[in-house]
Amino acid sequence: MISLLYEIWNTIRQNKMRTFLTGFAVAWGIFMLIVLLGSGNGLKHGFAANWGDRMVNVVQIWGGRTNIPYAGFQSGRWISLDDNDLQFTSKEFADEVTAAMGNINLGSKNISYGTEYLSSGLRGVEPDIMQVEGLKIAQGDGRFINDLDIREKRKVIVISQRAREILFKGKDEEAIGKNVNVAGTMYTVVGIYYVEDRQDITNSFIPLSTAKMVYGRGVNLSSLSFTLSDKITDEKTNTDFMNRYKKRFAEEHQISPEDDNAIWYWNRFGNYVQLTSVSGFINIAVWIIGIFTLLSGIVGVSNIMLITVRERTREFGIRKALGASPVSILKLVVLESIIITTIFGYLGLICGVGITEFAAQFFEPSSGRDSFNAFLNPTVDIGVAIQATALLIIAGTLAGLFPALKAVKIKTIEAINDK
Amino acid sequence: MPTIIKLKNINKTYYSGAPLHVLKGIDLEINRGELVSIMGASGSGKSTLLNILGILDNYDTGEYHLNDVLIKNLSETRAAYFRNKLIGFIFQSFNLISFKNAMENVALPLYYQKTGRKTRNKMALEYLDRLGLKEWAYHMPNELSGGQKQRVAIARALISKPQIILADEPTGALDSKTSAEVLDVLKKVNATGMTMIIVTHESGIANQTNKIIRLKDGIIEKIEDNSEHNFSRFDIQNIK
Repeated sequence: MISLLYEIWNTIRQNKMRTFLTGFAVAWGIFMLIVLLGSGNGLKHGFAANWGDRMVNVVQIWGGRTNIPYAGFQSGRWISLDDNDLQFTSKEFADEVTAAMGNINLGSKNISYGTEYLSSGLRGVEPDIMQVEGLKIAQGDGRFINDLDIREKRKVIVISQRAREILFKGKDEEAIGKNVNVAGTMYTVVGIYYVEDRQDITNSFIPLSTAKMVYGRGVNLSSLSFTLSDKITDEKTNTDFMNRYKKRFAEEHQISPEDDNAIWYWNRFGNYVQLTSVSGFINIAVWIIGIFTLLSGIVGVSNIMLITVRERTREFGIRKALGASPVSILKLVVLESIIITTIFGYLGLICGVGITEFAAQFFEPSSGRDSFNAFLNPTVDIGVAIQATALLIIAGTLAGLFPALKAVKIKTIEAINDK
Repeated sequence: MPTIIKLKNINKTYYSGAPLHVLKGIDLEINRGELVSIMGASGSGKSTLLNILGILDNYDTGEYHLNDVLIKNLSETRAAYFRNKLIGFIFQSFNLISFKNAMENVALPLYYQKTGRKTRNKMALEYLDRLGLKEWAYHMPNELSGGQKQRVAIARALISKPQIILADEPTGALDSKTSAEVLDVLKKVNATGMTMIIVTHESGIANQTNKIIRLKDGIIEKIEDNSEHNFSRFDIQNIK
């Protein structure tokens, strides 16, 4: 075996051009495949990043202003949400809705601590909003609003990391447990949240019950959020549910079922389904292009192997005259092509992965409220890359095997006299 | 002397296009240690005969015994084995492998005998030394002269210690001076007891062998004893 390897090494070393051409075809095929798959993944990751950590199966409902007179009411009536809406949502749509919560938007308020202050949107919320909006609390940064805060109408507040920086001079001062002044009312800071890739968010959160009490909102809510159960699986079930919900909402508020202006909603799941199908399309497109790239690599390798074996017919004849069996000639060719395709395939793999990782450095996730990532982390699953390389190696080997079989079948004397 | 090659009514027909009956019943015996030449015009079947002797080609009917082994309908693998063990080839166009140096070329038959690399390279150097090519051992074939290439090829033919040497126009690509040198080498090899069959159309070469087999139109026209080496250089019999 070592003898055979040495023989092959000798052949490869003495036929640098041929080796290089075969190797280049393989390396290039793999390289292009990985760059392509990486680009496709970059697009997909970009889309995914725009969703961040927010839940996808969330629906938000706002009241609007009626456009159509109905049930004795004139048009132009403001529709406001209240606890009844919460009730019918969670009771009558128990199958489709998992967690329904109210939300009061108190507008922009001045928050101060000592001499430092900032202006921040203040919202009365329930604990589940944390998952719905993808809010996170770092280790040691306290907690979010909990059920006890709601029940006891505690005057507690959760502020953003940005707000902490301004109010508490960066991280120098402990913020948890301190009292801040929110437009004349004192709240105790219980937690500091952040949203991944959104450093500019400064909204502050207080318990919903506290907001109702302190700001005299009674039962009125600014908006309603709820998550969809796993019964809602695709665009059809989603649209179906939304139509039924709108109908029930119209009944509740005595709005014309045709009035589209009286209820406003944002159904994230619908958007998500659409985006998923776009992602799926990109995926298929990339794979098709990838497979064709791989095919062209295989064709390239096959061609070179064909020429190589043709070129070596005379050498094989000489070897056979000197006592080489057909099998030993086959071994020589096949093992040589395995070695060349493996080494160069690996090189192509390294270069491809290298360049995608390098590119990934340039596409840092952008942040900001309206930021949009078109391209992010354009890298390839290493398992896929290795499978593709293995495929090319097998193809290269087969590409060498068939002409070699033919070459071996040529009569020794004819092979020797081959010009 | 014991017979090493025994041909009995060998027939060979090529079927590319119109059937071509190349060998029409060859009967021949060659003894161990003989130095024989096969002569004939082109198309007389001498190359075909040599290919059959060298197990590079098969024959249709008849029997060929080499070293008391019946060589008939062998598989390629079996044929390769016998070629490696029993036969040393010397070709007109040397047939060295271009990307191997002289030593590696000489060592190649031993590679197919599964001899270790160190051993076979050492042996190759010994044989090259015997043929006066020690300093050229690490040169590639394209750095060697025609005579040197043919001597490398002779070393390669000898290294596997074969039973017979088959030389197909061994001096056909060489000038007269080099031809004489190469022929000298071949005669020296024969003097060690090696059976040698040389195919040639040069009467000068044939004259130096001890027996001349004349082929014409696929049959043996005559076998001449030439131990006196007084065969006419001008080949009068053929001119008339």
